Amino acid sequence: MFEFYGTPVASRLLLGTAQYPSPAILADAVRASGTGIVTVSLRRESAAERGGQDFWALIKALGVRVLPNTAGCHSVREAVTTAHMAREVFGTPWIKLEVIGEQDTLQPDVFGLVEAARILSDDGFEVFPYTTEDLVVAERLIEAGCKVLMPWGAPIGSGRGLNNAYGLRTLRAHFPDIPLVIDAGIGLPSHAAEAMELGYDAILLNTAVAKAGDPVMMARAFAGAIEAGRLGFEADPIEARDMAAPSTPLMGKAFL
Amino acid sequence: MRITIIGAGVAGLTCATEFSERGFDVTVVARSERIGDNSCSWYAGGMLAPWCEGESAEEPVVRLGQQAIDWWDAHVDCVERQGTLVLSHTRDASELRRFSRRTSAYATVDAERIEALEPDLAGRFRQGLFFPGEGHLDPRRALEQLADKLRQRGVRLQLGTNWNEAAADSDLIIDCRGLAAKDMLTDLRGVKGEMLVIRSKEVMLHRPVRLLHPRIPLYIVPRGDGVFMVGATMIESGAGNRISVRSALELLGAAFALDPAFAEAEILEMGVDARPAFPDNLPRIRRRGQTLYVNGLYRHGFLLAPVLARMAVEAVTDPTKTPELMDENYPERQSA
Repeated sequence: MFEFYGTPVASRLLLGTAQYPSPAILADAVRASGTGIVTVSLRRESAAERGGQDFWALIKALGVRVLPNTAGCHSVREAVTTAHMAREVFGTPWIKLEVIGEQDTLQPDVFGLVEAARILSDDGFEVFPYTTEDLVVAERLIEAGCKVLMPWGAPIGSGRGLNNAYGLRTLRAHFPDIPLVIDAGIGLPSHAAEAMELGYDAILLNTAVAKAGDPVMMARAFAGAIEAGRLGFEADPIEARDMAAPSTPLMGKAFL
Repeated sequence: MRITIIGAGVAGLTCATEFSERGFDVTVVARSERIGDNSCSWYAGGMLAPWCEGESAEEPVVRLGQQAIDWWDAHVDCVERQGTLVLSHTRDASELRRFSRRTSAYATVDAERIEALEPDLAGRFRQGLFFPGEGHLDPRRALEQLADKLRQRGVRLQLGTNWNEAAADSDLIIDCRGLAAKDMLTDLRGVKGEMLVIRSKEVMLHRPVRLLHPRIPLYIVPRGDGVFMVGATMIESGAGNRISVRSALELLGAAFALDPAFAEAEILEMGVDARPAFPDNLPRIRRRGQTLYVNGLYRHGFLLAPVLARMAVEAVTDPTKTPELMDENYPERQSA
């Protein structure tokens, strides 16, 4: 069991709620995944008009914690405004902070991210920043008040898995006590297992489940992979070797 | 049997057509002054594309939607049977592969075949999917023609009328109010859609073209005389009042990406409304006392309204039967 800002987290799978064929399938996927936390992106227009209430009511009815996010924000000001609306709508200090810097790769604008993280942390928010695997940016985010980091595996929605496993391994080694969540880029359950074997604390998924042919089955597949990866990490795996090592010592063989 | 149908959108008018054709005494009551006012059907794409919808819709949509094209062809004169062309730019080729895996009844088309189907798109796309069995119609013309035919058949269309009074002396009320029926159907929600109508003298398309994109899958439906409908966003919001700049940019950007000649087109209209949907995005017939609710057509109004209207007739004429999309029969989703 680990914690996000003092809140114990039971499931190491976090699920996004966008792009499902229907809210009913989303609800089934949430149940199948066993997740305790879902992310919800807030459109500012919906918040202002209160037009998204029906969908938010469906999300709240899932009975899991909501981590609102600032998806699609391209500036510090946009992200801060959206975070405030999200706090009002969902009544939580949690905010997954996204400040997008580039339209084609949707990679974070790490400068704006650090600035927005500082503003929001100072304002009492508990910030979950969507960042890259860059170590120095991670340090700045922690200085700004973040107690969780969410590095990407690959660009959002790309389904490519862990583009820079070396960088992610370094990040883990450098921050052994900060909860680290892989956010974005996961396509297959094996990608998620790989991240968990690196010692990451949790995985945030959306597209890989929502756009699968059978989102509910895929949610179950990821739940299994994430559990397997975590167990594999905790069980202290063997080191890889260049040469074979017989599993049955020759000395102990019976004479036939 | 005297039947009052509330609502003059695609659900109300198809129900009125089916019931009056079977000899029922039908009155249509709607609070709007004209056909199309306060109706999300007015902003529909009018695509009769059950196989394409299979990309994200549940199986009943694909199966039941196949009846739509013949029904509309038998009732209005604006149905085109030219199929649907689905395209993606090379960088989004994975979207096309995904679409092809989830759908059926198409042919894979190369650059040469795309050019033969839509000469104006020549040289711009290398691969696509062609769904020959699909069609499209002009939704506004279709609604007006249905209304005219109903009047000719002696059906009373009481527009601009408060339904509470009008329905008082009928044996059965069929409530087709769409999202306005949320007061009675608490699990109904609005899904906002935004669309544009543009006119271009330079671009000619014969059939709906869908341009796949990971963020906003766009479609363009030719309406004739150089007019095109560009749609449509899908936003979880019941507040359907105005189109946002972001959505307008996305829609126009996608039209431009399909054919840069659209840059010179005129914008005739920007439309927006909220579609009524149930949690599984499938429509429903629900019986509550002397009222039959026909609702939740989501983005499949013209595709599923005819079959839903037939099912409503079935539910009324043979109470021993429970049509497929009747609530009592349709299995609620089970948790996995």
